[in-house]
Amino acid sequence: MSWFLVHFAQLVFYVMASCVIAGAVGVIAFRSPVHAALSLLASFLGVAGLFVLLEAEFLAAVQVLVYAGGVMVLFLFVIMLVKARAIPREPQYVNRLVPAAVGLGVVLALLLGAGMWASVTGAPADAAALQRVAGAQLGNTEAVGWSLYRDYLLPFEVVSIVLLVAMIGAIVLGRKEPGKEGRA
Amino acid sequence: MPAPLMTYLVIPLVKIVVILAVVILLAAYMSYFERKVLAYMQIRIGPNRVGPRGWLQPIADALKLLVKEDIVPSRAEKLVYFLGPVLVVVPALLVFSVIPFGPAFKVAGHVVTPYLTDVNIGILFILAVSSIGVYGVILGGWASNNKYSMMGGLRSAAQLVSYEVPMGLSVVTVLLMANSLSLVKIVEAQQRSGVWYVFPGFIAFFIYFVCGVAETNRNPFDLPEAESELVAGFHTEYSGMKFAFYFLAEYANMVVISSIATVLFLGGWLPPFPNALAALWASPALAWIPPVAWFVLKMAAFLFVYIWFRGTFPRYRFDQLMALGWKVFIPVSLVNLMAVGLGVLLIGGPR
Repeated sequence: MSWFLVHFAQLVFYVMASCVIAGAVGVIAFRSPVHAALSLLASFLGVAGLFVLLEAEFLAAVQVLVYAGGVMVLFLFVIMLVKARAIPREPQYVNRLVPAAVGLGVVLALLLGAGMWASVTGAPADAAALQRVAGAQLGNTEAVGWSLYRDYLLPFEVVSIVLLVAMIGAIVLGRKEPGKEGRA
Repeated sequence: MPAPLMTYLVIPLVKIVVILAVVILLAAYMSYFERKVLAYMQIRIGPNRVGPRGWLQPIADALKLLVKEDIVPSRAEKLVYFLGPVLVVVPALLVFSVIPFGPAFKVAGHVVTPYLTDVNIGILFILAVSSIGVYGVILGGWASNNKYSMMGGLRSAAQLVSYEVPMGLSVVTVLLMANSLSLVKIVEAQQRSGVWYVFPGFIAFFIYFVCGVAETNRNPFDLPEAESELVAGFHTEYSGMKFAFYFLAEYANMVVISSIATVLFLGGWLPPFPNALAALWASPALAWIPPVAWFVLKMAAFLFVYIWFRGTFPRYRFDQLMALGWKVFIPVSLVNLMAVGLGVLLIGGPR
């Protein structure tokens, strides 16, 4: 029983991590777009669980609210509107891309290995940094607020403007020209 | 029994069982209450055959749905069709884990909290978890392989995503005034300032409740199910226990919206008018009423308003619904948010 209590956090980590990875694999493995989207949803929820484990509860809630509750719903909306059923099994012309994929995979694996090596040999990561505001442990919500609206205010505003421009661009591109095809 | 096992396993399990039982019974009896109140509004009598005055009607309905044949359309997506009701019920019930029904009190030296947990992102947790509920509706509508269900699912997705935005913005005004995301702390802040947030934030309160009605797919925003045009929309094909799950989730969500409105705007478990004037005469006279009773009373008032809406308002048209959400509620709640923010900055919030 005590073993269980001591290793509980690790157990949760492995469950969440396998949820993230299995979900990510499912996204590319499922043939039906709806199943792929659901798989991505599982992956997002797993990431939220990992955030909770890091005591970054604000990030976890926002992860679920924005990605699972907003972005994925719009994905599903589009998938359902274009009526994409399962992709038929046919030869896909990706053979030329195989060497590039292998190369990229090796590079990513090396990076991952290096990162894991650094985390094993180096000092343990400071999880409390996600809750620190100006040296005091206040909480994750406060920490995120301070970084966004005080420490990194200018980059944050620039990013918002870029997003606004992208949004206006999407509206302009997606709009029918008035008078061409009846009522827009 | 070791102490951590007691605090982290046994007590929460007992609380979970109690909360689930109460919520599910409440949802079931809400349907009885609704039929009865609607009946009186329309000068009828309503259910009165099962048990005295029809009190056992919800139990009979639940048993009927439980033993009914479960029909799956032959060309439905089996797995997603099964997942739909699950994804809509689980978030609706999960939300109750953070709703504070009353203040902590002492029984024989032990502090008892009449809520499962008080996480410090309480209200964000609720918004996040309930945003998962959309999936149950749109996936159920899609997997049924039925045009009406599909239309209902699409309408619901558009409606829920649109009305989440003004709802979130009106919740933020409360956060500005209370300075916390924890539901318990929000109620305590209202106790300290001596005023319920419905008074300084009445615009936010109005927007929150109207959006809440839209989020639960209730009249006058019940476009996703609109019987007369969509034959009950996303759950047309569902039968038996799966249909009961959608039904349960709808009523549980109404209880959720009412509970959050109570906590955010009506002071949760606080007795009415916690200001100095009322303390002179009202508070001693009302002190014997337990806090949980106030919570239930306020929540029941909201639930009654839901039924009142259903008996009163005609249904919106879909373009009107979207126009109302995007062109009225979002701008108004944004301006309101700025005004409240300015007020909090200048006079330091309500006191």
